[in-house]
Amino acid sequence: MTLLTFLSSRLAKGVLTLFAIAVLNFFLIRAAPGDPAQVLAGEAGAADGVLLLQLRERFGLDQPLLTQLWIYLKGYLTFDLGFSYRQQQPVLALILERLPATLLLTATAFIVSLVLGVAMGGLAARRAGRWSDSLITALALVFYATPLFWIAMMSQIVFALKLKILPNVGYETIGANYTGLARALDIGVHLVLPAITLGLFFTALYARMMRASMLEVAGADFVKTARAKGLSPGIVSRRHVARNAILPVVTLAGLQAGQLVGGAVLTETVFAWPGIGRLMFDALVQRDYAVLLGVFFVSSALVVIFNIVTDLVYRLADPRIEATS
Amino acid sequence: MSFLQRFAHNRGALIGLIILLGLVAFALLAPTLYPQSPWRVVGRPFLAPFALERFPLGTDTLGRDLAAGIVHGARVSLLIGVVSTLVALLIGVPIGAIAGYSGGIVDDVLMRFTEFFQTIPSVALAIVLVAILQPKLSSIVLAIGVVSWPPVARLVRGEVLSLRTREYVQAAISIGQSTPRIILSQVLPNTIAPIIVMGSLMIGSAILLESALSFLGLGDPNLMSWGYMVGAGRSRLLDAWWISFFPGLAIFLTVLALNLAGEGLNDALNPRLARERG
Repeated sequence: MTLLTFLSSRLAKGVLTLFAIAVLNFFLIRAAPGDPAQVLAGEAGAADGVLLLQLRERFGLDQPLLTQLWIYLKGYLTFDLGFSYRQQQPVLALILERLPATLLLTATAFIVSLVLGVAMGGLAARRAGRWSDSLITALALVFYATPLFWIAMMSQIVFALKLKILPNVGYETIGANYTGLARALDIGVHLVLPAITLGLFFTALYARMMRASMLEVAGADFVKTARAKGLSPGIVSRRHVARNAILPVVTLAGLQAGQLVGGAVLTETVFAWPGIGRLMFDALVQRDYAVLLGVFFVSSALVVIFNIVTDLVYRLADPRIEATS
Repeated sequence: MSFLQRFAHNRGALIGLIILLGLVAFALLAPTLYPQSPWRVVGRPFLAPFALERFPLGTDTLGRDLAAGIVHGARVSLLIGVVSTLVALLIGVPIGAIAGYSGGIVDDVLMRFTEFFQTIPSVALAIVLVAILQPKLSSIVLAIGVVSWPPVARLVRGEVLSLRTREYVQAAISIGQSTPRIILSQVLPNTIAPIIVMGSLMIGSAILLESALSFLGLGDPNLMSWGYMVGAGRSRLLDAWWISFFPGLAIFLTVLALNLAGEGLNDALNPRLARERG
């Protein structure tokens, strides 16, 4: 398979996935108790009869289900994810405005957890059986069982409220009007706690995977060969073991990216981070279903895009995959 | 070594099991220990832990006893964890078994379906499902089940795929047993061990997800749950840290114990693998 056919087949699959999610959203609106028009209008609909009438007309709610589905999907095809009557803005505009903050948060958490996890797992595997291995394994076990929102709040207490070394909530210092580098630095400081607490669970996951993967590769014949020809243990584990062990970890990490987007809902809620996760929480509180489903669709789209990018990077990084697929 | 000996040999698994037994005991005894509703206001709000002997964990923003909430919350967490895992198994096992046994186009379609559910961010889907179906026990269990089954289906499919070609399955086919009977009586019983291990680890994830949902305000409004309690303490984090701290600690300990016990179960059921792992 050439790169082009690979890319087009992955894109086709991605589009199909998004289509299925749009269909799912359509049926979810109908699964909610009450009239679909009321659901689409959110709480604004309760009082406004004219609005409900308009919505019924616009979405063809008196027509057969398939026609309704077609009208709904046509909206998605024209990048129309609905309208938030609560906030008086198109859903897509609301989401796009919040998207950069979420991308910054999830990308940082992803990179931090991957680097930390690989380093910790690699170290643990090299010292398998010794106390540093036990410590890293125990830490991974602890992170793995910690509720994300709770550790976020506890870190707020310790680092922001008691020690006062990091900001408590928000994206940047309000009213400071920093520009350029000073602003980037300010955002960076605000990013520390959300990114680390969001990444903890994944750090644990990647550390465990890396450790297992390293130990598996360490038994391979080519590693024995490398050792037999007199290379130092450090070089063998860095060049021969780690390089091969990292591949399955990166694949699985790519597949896990979706969970990161989901976790962002919790992190953003705790830290008042102005991303789409916080938008989702606000929509939840306000019963603004149009926004809720819009965020759901966009976060799924993010995962689809991310998976395609990982696959692509992976193929470019390891030519053997092309030969076998 | 017998199964029990192998399990007891693993110190972590034993600790996990002891914590779990304690939790189950608390959950069962909740109505006796704290006969009053955990929602009831019983004292002054914001009492620190051990400020009054009556309230060893203190009281929350409204003056409800935190210890009572945690004991009653154990029931909710364990119940939702176990039932939603059963729901996930109920969806995942048949899909995986049919896909693995049938092969061909059926396998393709079912696996695409599984992949689709794996692509969707599970927390986001669970939130949407509970919000749309209204926060109540049944919708929470359903939502957690719906987002957790794909790994089960994949596991079962893989197991079935490798069992299908075994001689005893071929023998069953040649004596004319029906396909459902072969799957149920020949193939599935041999996949039970990995399913049990995965299930025990899934209960922990289900409890984490349930706590996240109720933290976001999507818990059943009639049930006191740990996630809700953590969320309720958010507004007064600085001066009343204990309101959020103890319920979160309870979630952490429960999930940790489940993971420890699950891993011990895994090692005890796969002694060869455990020894290799060192």
